[in-house]
Amino acid sequence: MFKNIAELVSQAETSGKKIYEIMIEQEMEVTGRKKEELLYTMGNNYKAMKNAAYRGIQGVHSTSGLTGGDGKKLQDYLEKGTFLTDTTFLKALTFAVATNEVNASMGVICATPTAGSCGVLPAVLLAVQEKLGLPDETVIYHLFTAGAIGYVVANNACISGAAGGCQAEVGTASAMAAAAVTEMAGGTPDQAAHAMAIALKNMLGLTCDPVAGLVEVPCIKRNAAGASNALTAAEMALAGVKSRIPWDEVIGAMYQIGQVIPVSLKETALGGLAATPEGLKWKKTLGQIKQQNST
Amino acid sequence: MKYKSVFDIIGPVMVGPSSSHTAGAIRIGQIARKIFGKEPEEIEVHFYGSFAETYKGHATDVAVIAGLMGFATDDIRVGSSIEIAEEKGIRIHFYKEQAHTEHPNTVGLTLKSAQDRMEIVGISVGGGAVQITELDGFPLKLSGENPAMVILHKDTYGVVASVAAVLMRHKINISHMEVSRADKGSDALMVIETDQIVSQEGIDEITGEDHVKRVIILDE
Repeated sequence: MFKNIAELVSQAETSGKKIYEIMIEQEMEVTGRKKEELLYTMGNNYKAMKNAAYRGIQGVHSTSGLTGGDGKKLQDYLEKGTFLTDTTFLKALTFAVATNEVNASMGVICATPTAGSCGVLPAVLLAVQEKLGLPDETVIYHLFTAGAIGYVVANNACISGAAGGCQAEVGTASAMAAAAVTEMAGGTPDQAAHAMAIALKNMLGLTCDPVAGLVEVPCIKRNAAGASNALTAAEMALAGVKSRIPWDEVIGAMYQIGQVIPVSLKETALGGLAATPEGLKWKKTLGQIKQQNST
Repeated sequence: MKYKSVFDIIGPVMVGPSSSHTAGAIRIGQIARKIFGKEPEEIEVHFYGSFAETYKGHATDVAVIAGLMGFATDDIRVGSSIEIAEEKGIRIHFYKEQAHTEHPNTVGLTLKSAQDRMEIVGISVGGGAVQITELDGFPLKLSGENPAMVILHKDTYGVVASVAAVLMRHKINISHMEVSRADKGSDALMVIETDQIVSQEGIDEITGEDHVKRVIILDE
């Protein structure tokens, strides 16, 4: 059993195993389920992620009318081929936005770790899977790497915007994606842990201030930021860059910051972007639509 | 540990838009339905904290009702649960509460049928994981993730031992257990989470024990 990242990495290193193997072994012990069953369930989750990403790039809109169609815009831009960075990076952004647009349209997604942050991990993994030409099976294994990181953050800090702000949702998702993709690209458990810490540090302090209380603005674009940050952290970790602050202390800092973020900026839609004139205008408009519908 | 499984983190597969405000709310509704044991005829939903501020935007209202109708988190009928319930003649009332609660995502449910009435409070702790924190005024902690028994009984000596003895005979291991009571000598509540599922025979034996009033079974 691992309670923190240091224990997770030390268990992997002393046994010469990958992080995902440690996570699978622990899950088998805790739940009594067989490895094949766990891989089957994770395989279904992977399928749900892929379906959402590919549905989103065709263009979906939220029921509120506040957002939608940006995943398709990015896909068209990608196909045009005149972009600034590279295909992998732009694919990650596209899948992140597309997946979160499916979520906002009340479509089916896989929470990773939450629905508001469901675009980050699939986007990064699918983009890198394509880049490295990896089979689905490899990606499914590394979802357990991501799960191990999320498990530690969730138990030692928090993963809901209401409890810790966006740093707890997209921040955690970005940290999970960074570690998973680092290990998937051949990085060591130590490097994966540094990728996790670097990614989370870059997201500290992010508030949760959704316009009109909807998981749309700024959530959808924030997922793209979380995906790009995960790739940034993974590249650094794979280059040998280390987090100066120890892994678990970064998680502790996230929790502590989450405690002092005011309630108005923790998924209550009372402050920040939600309280801007434009944000309030949308709240009012949507409130009127809702009332008309209910009468 | 609040989160026990990797699938609390990678999962659930669900209808959007929020794991805590949509999927978590569905799960609270599902557990409440199981404890009530039947479809309610009337539902009162009281939202607190973040739930009260944002329940419309996150579809928390349709989500709670979807759970109470027995829908899964990835059931496409989630979005139209209120219409489906109302077509069945179920009366639904929503209340936005001002009171401050310990957890920001708290919902109180009152379920009614011709004979029964039950009050249940649940919290959504993030990522779709939930906890039932109150049942008819009794404080408790129930995640709904492990097989569990909720036993309403008279507050007197020997009841805990007699229930434990039945579980021992059926080789059932207890993973978590707690007891609470309204007043000394009045009604009490026992919540037992187990590693194995208790057979119908075991349930009947527990139901037959002295001072046991009602046994509610929650399978996974």
